[in-house]
Amino acid sequence: MSWGETIRTGLAAIRSHAMRSVLTIVGILIGIAAVILTVGLGLGTQKDVSESISSLGSNLLIVRPGSVTSSEGIRGGFGSSTSLTLDDAAALGSAVAAPDIADVAAEASTSVSLENGDTNWTTTVTGTTTSWPQVRSRTLLQGEFFSDDDAEAGANVIVLGSETAAELFGSAWAAGRSLTIDSVTYEVIGVLAEQGSSDDTNLDDLAVVPMATYSAQISTSTTGASVQTIYIQATAQDTLSAAYQEAETLLLNLHGITDASAADFSISSQDALVSTATAVYRTLTVLLVGIAAIALLVGGIGVMNIMLVSVTERTREIGLRKALGAKPFAIRRQFLVEATTLGLVGGVLGVGLGVTLALALPTVLGSSIVVSWPAVFGALAVAVGIGVVFGVYPATRAAKLAPVDALRAE
Amino acid sequence: MAEAAVIRLDNVRKVYSSGEIECEALRGVSLTIDEGEYVAVVGPSGSGKSTLMNILGCLDVATEGRYEIAGEDVSQMDEVDLAEVRGRRIGFVFQQFNLLPAMSAWRNVELPLSYAGVGPAERKRRAVAALESVGLGEKLGNRPGQLSGGQQQRVAIARALVTEPTLLLADEPTGNLDSASAREILDVFDQVHRSGRTVVLITHDWDVARRTDRSIEVRDGMILERPQAPASQADES
Repeated sequence: MSWGETIRTGLAAIRSHAMRSVLTIVGILIGIAAVILTVGLGLGTQKDVSESISSLGSNLLIVRPGSVTSSEGIRGGFGSSTSLTLDDAAALGSAVAAPDIADVAAEASTSVSLENGDTNWTTTVTGTTTSWPQVRSRTLLQGEFFSDDDAEAGANVIVLGSETAAELFGSAWAAGRSLTIDSVTYEVIGVLAEQGSSDDTNLDDLAVVPMATYSAQISTSTTGASVQTIYIQATAQDTLSAAYQEAETLLLNLHGITDASAADFSISSQDALVSTATAVYRTLTVLLVGIAAIALLVGGIGVMNIMLVSVTERTREIGLRKALGAKPFAIRRQFLVEATTLGLVGGVLGVGLGVTLALALPTVLGSSIVVSWPAVFGALAVAVGIGVVFGVYPATRAAKLAPVDALRAE
Repeated sequence: MAEAAVIRLDNVRKVYSSGEIECEALRGVSLTIDEGEYVAVVGPSGSGKSTLMNILGCLDVATEGRYEIAGEDVSQMDEVDLAEVRGRRIGFVFQQFNLLPAMSAWRNVELPLSYAGVGPAERKRRAVAALESVGLGEKLGNRPGQLSGGQQQRVAIARALVTEPTLLLADEPTGNLDSASAREILDVFDQVHRSGRTVVLITHDWDVARRTDRSIEVRDGMILERPQAPASQADES
């Protein structure tokens, strides 16, 4: 009996047991689709989180002022002192003193009311340098960020977050319009692209002006040159710790402090946050892979049972085929073809369903699902493997029986 | 005469053992059936005639003794070679027909040919011819479920004959049929015998056995020297 014949026989047998074949296929299908979706959901969540972490700015160090100790010896909280200045930021930006620092953006901010005619909106106005979009990983939706000239001149220009722009100008094009802060008119030269929220900070509700403009017109602080935060971008992820060392040494020097433990500033990095989050989501992925494995196992056991029952029921048929001259080998091959066909049909449909849902669900759920091809092929291999093993093994045993025993079986 | 023997059983024993209990189903059966003979193996249930049929058909192997089909010793063969012998030498007709329900009549009939390695066109030609020879030329495409019991058994006979076997072996072929269908089937066997083929019927029914040329009576795992047919039939035979 040739392979072609065997395949024809196998397919005919599958058609003649339609209900059982459908059940087997559905079992495999659901198992594989479940694996694709659970693994995909895990990877998607991981991707979402790592994206929102990197949206905070990549390779970033954050320098904040240290605490003030009052004359009574009471230490204030971090950030309460005004020890960081624009000069510090400029020094950190020097390529000679700090070669591993790519860019620096100093920020000072306060809450201010913006007015457009009758509409007003209170938001955080930040004074900063031209390097800000680069360091904070922001892009512009409309117009452009302020230029070096604007920064130097302290021009009355302002860049708005997308939400702030929407609050003030509705859906209209905001760039080129103007607004007032304390009766001073500013030209809106750009609107930032959406970024989403990080922790409790809304990254889309803000306004940015040149630092000179900020200190001259908006800042309520008496010490005009002080800044609240300096963001430092390292040249690469690898040089982040070198950049940290350089920044610390430089600032200690500038502030005339010899003992690092007495520093009037603190430097934090997002590295710890990123690695914690990565660990958390690695755990999450392990969990989801575990769930997927259980789904596959349960599906596999279902397939196994159907196959075992199916072959046992067909012991008579095997006996008959042997009585008609079928060699054990021909029986084995027929069941191999049947099990493989069921496995592959179920598997391919399962991959189809899984991938379709993986593409369709994110638009409904709002969370991304990443199709992991290793998971797809792993699930396919396991499901088809289980089907084949438990389809062929009992058939092989039945094929070894003397036909009289097989024919007698009920 | 010895060359023409289709079947030669020499002191064949068959012992079934389940655990401690041993059951001797055949206790030294010797038997020769020549080519072209029409033989009935008769006996009540439990006599060992089914065991004899299984061994004659190579569906089971003897515990002891020698069995030759057309001069070929099959008593020591493994399953692979036995399958080959079954396919080439023996055509089976079972009490329960044993047709595959999902296949049409001619597909059922061609099945043994496909295991014998015959090509598709040749298979179909021979399957159709075999069905025509049992009077089912009109029912080629019908499935077993669409046929009467008698017709199903005729499909089974066509399937048994399609390989042109040395021996046609029928196990209670009329056991599941009404008497009219049973007569028709026995007529088919008579016709097969007339065409020159060796036919062995296994039955418990002397009315069936009576139609054959020779009755071999099995009782308690042995062949009786002199068949003890009921008086009326014994007179006729």
